Amino acid sequence: MNLNQSPIWTLISTFGLMSLFAVGGANAAIPEMHRIAVDVQHWLTDKQFADVYAISQLSPGPNVLIVTLIGYAVAGVAGGLAATLAMCVPTALLAYCVSRLLTRSSHSRWPAIIQAALVPLSIGLMGASGLVLALTSDRTWTAGLVTAAVAVLAFATRLNPLWLLLAGGLLGFAGFIG
Amino acid sequence: MPPDSPPVAIAAPEPSISAAPGLLALFAAFARMSLSGFGGVLVFARRGIVEQHRWMTAEEFNETFALCHFLPGPNIVNLSVVFGSRFRGVPGSIAAFAGLLGPPVVIVTILAVLYGRYGEIDALRRVLAGVSCAAVGLLISVVFRMMMPLIRKRDVVGVVVMAAVFTAIGVLRLPLPAVLLVAIPLSIGITIAMRRRVSA
Repeated sequence: MNLNQSPIWTLISTFGLMSLFAVGGANAAIPEMHRIAVDVQHWLTDKQFADVYAISQLSPGPNVLIVTLIGYAVAGVAGGLAATLAMCVPTALLAYCVSRLLTRSSHSRWPAIIQAALVPLSIGLMGASGLVLALTSDRTWTAGLVTAAVAVLAFATRLNPLWLLLAGGLLGFAGFIG
Repeated sequence: MPPDSPPVAIAAPEPSISAAPGLLALFAAFARMSLSGFGGVLVFARRGIVEQHRWMTAEEFNETFALCHFLPGPNIVNLSVVFGSRFRGVPGSIAAFAGLLGPPVVIVTILAVLYGRYGEIDALRRVLAGVSCAAVGLLISVVFRMMMPLIRKRDVVGVVVMAAVFTAIGVLRLPLPAVLLVAIPLSIGITIAMRRRVSA
């Protein structure tokens, strides 16, 4: 079997490249993950993608763990590890190098300009993530209602997010989501 | 008491910073922050590094996080590497990185195995459907929280850039690299032009 066709290699090249464009973190790259995993590679169905996102939010740890789950679905434990490292290592190396460079010249105005330019961009990306995920998860009007209620509660209060996730799970178990 | 209530922000900020952590302490601290982080680790990282261990002042933490936020990739992973290297060089980076990712990857892999085996059970499907609806709501609330400063500042350019990226990625479903290769230079150019106009 050709190395270029091995699923592990596809995972590494896909997520290695994606990490370099993940401005605003892993949650901002959700639409790209959905586009590649569901539409281009057909690794997951729409429903499985929504499930994988839910599991990644239910488990403790950084949001990037959704990549571990996608990798696992493609090629088991090795796939999960490969996808996670591919998503994390390239940008970690970049962060290491940049922080070394910046410790000397921390008064340059470039970081401030780049930051000001990138903040609205990453909010737009996260908003797109919200839309893509809402379209995959909220198949019924009651599901949309739960999403809206959680959004309002989380925006207006300081409730621990875990309680809201568990409340959603309970409503789902009770058959409210449909 | 909600676990997210602001921890004693009133107390005078003590400038005393503890001694630099060792490799094992770095691994353990990042593992603990990561395992308490449901829906994102940042809050717990700030609490652990600044308040609990006093390895950094609040300003140092903000500066470090700002750097990691404007670089691509998972922000908190970047933060672990930058933080670890500051105290213990490359081994410190690896210790913090491994602490942040190792334990939760094990947990999420176990969940993946369980999902693979029992994911078709009807009750579990219903629970996951409910959790994902709630998770989407949480994400939307974060987006609105992040939008508030732009709206308060009446940052018209920022709102336009945000809306354009949202439309390109969320509605038109264009590939991320193509969109960013246009949007990043454009946004930086506009930001520089606006600053010149303000200072002129």
